[in-house]
Amino acid sequence: MSKIAVYVDHFGDKVAAASWEALTAAQTLAQGLGGEVIAVVLGHQVDALAQEAARRGPAQVLMADDPALDGYVPDAYADTLMALSQAHDIAVWVFPTTMRGRELAGLTAAGLDVGALPDVTELRVEGGNIVAVRPVYAGKLLAKVETAPPAVVTTRVRAFPAAEAGDAAAPIVRVEAQVDATGQSVQSLGFSQAAQGVSLTEASIIVSGGRGVANTNKVPGDEKAKAQKGFEMLGELARLLGGALGASRAAVDAGFISYDHQVGQTGKVVSPDLYIACGISGAIQHLAGMRTSKVIVAINTDPEAPIFKVARYGVVADLWDIVPELIEVIKARGLAKNA
Amino acid sequence: MDFRLTDEHRMVQQMVRDFAQKEIAPLVKEYDRKHEPIPGVLERMGELGLLGISIPVRYGGQGMDYITLGLVSEELEYVDSTLRVVMSVHMGLCALSILHWGTEAQKQKFLVPLAKGEKVGAGAFTEPGHGSDFARIQGTARREGDVYILNGEKMWISLATKADYALVTMRTDPHADPPHRGLTAFIVDLHSPGITRGDIKGKLGVRAGSTGWIAFQNVEVPVENRIGEEGEGFKVTMSAFDRGRYTVGAGAAGLIRAALDASVAYARERRTFGQPIGHHQLIKEKIARMARDYEMTRLLYLHTGWLMNQGQRFTRQASLTKWFGTEAAFRAAHDAIQIHGAYGYSDEYDVERFFRNSRGAMIYEGSSEIHTLIQADYALGYRYDKPLRKELPPYDPDEWLAE
Amino acid sequence: MKIVVPVKVVPDTAATIKVEDGRVTWGDAPLVLNPWDEFAVEAALQMVEKHGGTVAVVSVGDEHALEAIRKALAMGAKEAVRIHDPALAHADVRATAQVLAAAVRKMGDVDMVFFGRQAIDGDTGLTPMYTARALGWPFVGLVSAFPEMDPAGRTFTAERSVGEAKQTLRAPMPAVVTIAKEFAEPRYPSFMGIRKASRAKVPVWSLADLGLDAPAAKVRWPEITMPPKREVKVEFIEGETPREIAEKLVDKLIEAKVL
Repeated sequence: MSKIAVYVDHFGDKVAAASWEALTAAQTLAQGLGGEVIAVVLGHQVDALAQEAARRGPAQVLMADDPALDGYVPDAYADTLMALSQAHDIAVWVFPTTMRGRELAGLTAAGLDVGALPDVTELRVEGGNIVAVRPVYAGKLLAKVETAPPAVVTTRVRAFPAAEAGDAAAPIVRVEAQVDATGQSVQSLGFSQAAQGVSLTEASIIVSGGRGVANTNKVPGDEKAKAQKGFEMLGELARLLGGALGASRAAVDAGFISYDHQVGQTGKVVSPDLYIACGISGAIQHLAGMRTSKVIVAINTDPEAPIFKVARYGVVADLWDIVPELIEVIKARGLAKNA
Repeated sequence: MDFRLTDEHRMVQQMVRDFAQKEIAPLVKEYDRKHEPIPGVLERMGELGLLGISIPVRYGGQGMDYITLGLVSEELEYVDSTLRVVMSVHMGLCALSILHWGTEAQKQKFLVPLAKGEKVGAGAFTEPGHGSDFARIQGTARREGDVYILNGEKMWISLATKADYALVTMRTDPHADPPHRGLTAFIVDLHSPGITRGDIKGKLGVRAGSTGWIAFQNVEVPVENRIGEEGEGFKVTMSAFDRGRYTVGAGAAGLIRAALDASVAYARERRTFGQPIGHHQLIKEKIARMARDYEMTRLLYLHTGWLMNQGQRFTRQASLTKWFGTEAAFRAAHDAIQIHGAYGYSDEYDVERFFRNSRGAMIYEGSSEIHTLIQADYALGYRYDKPLRKELPPYDPDEWLAE
Repeated sequence: MKIVVPVKVVPDTAATIKVEDGRVTWGDAPLVLNPWDEFAVEAALQMVEKHGGTVAVVSVGDEHALEAIRKALAMGAKEAVRIHDPALAHADVRATAQVLAAAVRKMGDVDMVFFGRQAIDGDTGLTPMYTARALGWPFVGLVSAFPEMDPAGRTFTAERSVGEAKQTLRAPMPAVVTIAKEFAEPRYPSFMGIRKASRAKVPVWSLADLGLDAPAAKVRWPEITMPPKREVKVEFIEGETPREIAEKLVDKLIEAKVL
């Protein structure tokens, strides 16, 4: 029986939750195409991860546990996935659209010479074809795309519900890693910098700031100093809520905050449950990156700011008045996820 | 006849637009509030080649045509007038005057570093007591052997405290009749002994720019720094104004476009009486006027630039461009505030800055009144352009791009 | 060294993108070099400035692609090729990659191919990987720096973010990479570059020139639509004091089950 394989993305011992969303999408494909869902875990000392995957509904977990796979080694990972494809008759690969997921999806699809449907938000099977919907032009449009198996699919982060963990555990089967010894492939020389905070794309809550963050007389200093204080305050709110800190391109361009926080067309496209936009006017490029958020709150002094067009709740006020009070209320009501 | 811009024009336009949007737009509001120039802005303009834009490659410039100078002025003033002022004084008044009137030695010595952006140029003509009646300026230059001794004070000088060189016009003959025949122009190193200078505070507009005064006390200027002949200073100065006016007029097109874009964006968003205000006829009237005035100013300056490229006299056209453009810009900014209502009155929005910036341009480089008279006199036949001893060189790509 | 940068022309990011009669439109918004590709051009220029060589750009598309090609030339690329063939009208990512790979082979002596991370229209981000595999070259994604680039020794190291950490990789040359935004801010075109770009004659290659048959698309794009309008009516939260507003907002967010 052909299989739908899900790549379980992780770094160290931390799984990208989007992997469980990919499992849900894979079940849809398995129902439509026939066959069963299997999960694939690659890495070093990944027993616990494989066990967790086993409880999320796959028929089987394939685990390659090898020191050569420690961390993340793109070519070794891609080669291993290719080998599994053949050995296990895998018809469709499903990856979460994380940084590594997208990379491995591309390498696997290209290596197998099959079609790929990246970053899909809806998925179904029609007449034996995989039919998907994916946002294009940064979500300004939706494209229907289709291909016939064998194929590779990547699921947009937070577009599918995560497969829940149950009591039953699928069997875990150990498989071999494919490690190229010729030196003709890409070698990982190591990693630096520890993990930092919640990733923007995976966060369920994002607190985001724009140029308006610097627009205050409540703190002294030049514009940059004000902005820095402002983003510290927004960061505090994000941290309390267990969320991530975002920013508009205007704030990044003005040097208020680093690019890895940028939400928008040339930054990260996000879709959290709650997006709190503070001092963001709502340029079209920014809206493209966050408009699918479930609930958008906009805090802005200008009632005409376009951000209010996409917001569920609006507050026309100075963020410097409102955000400190929000922090206090959240603490006072015991809603803080982090002390 | 061909109304199309070349690919080259369009690419320069885009490049300058990107620069101004990315590097200046995020900062200008803050520095305008502080009455301070944006740090490093002249250096950046120099690095990008903007300070040598319409100067032949042979003299360290970028070898672009005069239309490009207009396009750049428009794009810069779209973001803030202070940037365009740099083009007006550095390029229009100073560098191009050396290209026009200078000797080969003067071009090598002064034009090359100006065009490369290593030095910044200004024009120092107006005095505390003499603006529009320029022929009667009082500052003197007295010849003593191989030098002229300069004394006097110049005021309302853009980049007074930033520039390294200035084209300076002084009186060499106190008895000349008519008085304009007694003027002589010089290129002066502003770091010379005897020069003091300062900024003028409390300006209505161009607050992120530098406007100041320069005092000359027994400043020695070598004879070889004289631009043109002795007694030719009035003509040198007026030709500098022709170029300055061209850039001011082209810049005005940028300010009108900025006011229009801001107004259109606001009129589509803001709702009153149940619909976007863009549907109200009195708002439409203002928007239509801005759209019309933008197109007219643009056509006027492109025509002026074309005349310059052809090597034709453009005094009349530059005056018309400047007069019409700056008045239209003031009206556009004024209307833009009205469209924005109370928000337009606050510096949260850009339009109040446009309004303040637009006002000065109706005074400097020939007030509206002066241009009204100039245009009337041309029409009535009281005024006509006599050929100059030397004309601004026309744009010849082969020559301008030659190393 | 010779670095090839495949580039794409796209509507400006500020464009209002719509679907009219089943076709994508962007009004009178300009077409521009894909913003992500600017980083790839910048990185390639920096590498040849350091190690010698040339940057060549290649773009698949009709005459509009010249907008992207010219921008790259104005930034400092020295060579350009445009690939156009009616048979490519429905090319998918895989087919485009095969065309690009053939072009890279035909250009000859290419040491590296630098891509932008993705094109802002199709947003797939997969062309680089397909091209790498079509060439049989190693692939490194989202490079933010090249600590070592040794064209003589045929090897390089690359740094990139994997989100949780920074990774250093080593790979042999030739290789295909994508360049991340963190690499460096793209330069503005120079005036000399603009003059050269506006005068450049860009050769056009057809599939026949590349010795390719029309590649079959595996992925079809039968339909493109506007996303359903989200009927959100903003509810303004008001109150006497900031505290009152904050309390009311938190109530609403609890009600909406997002807190």
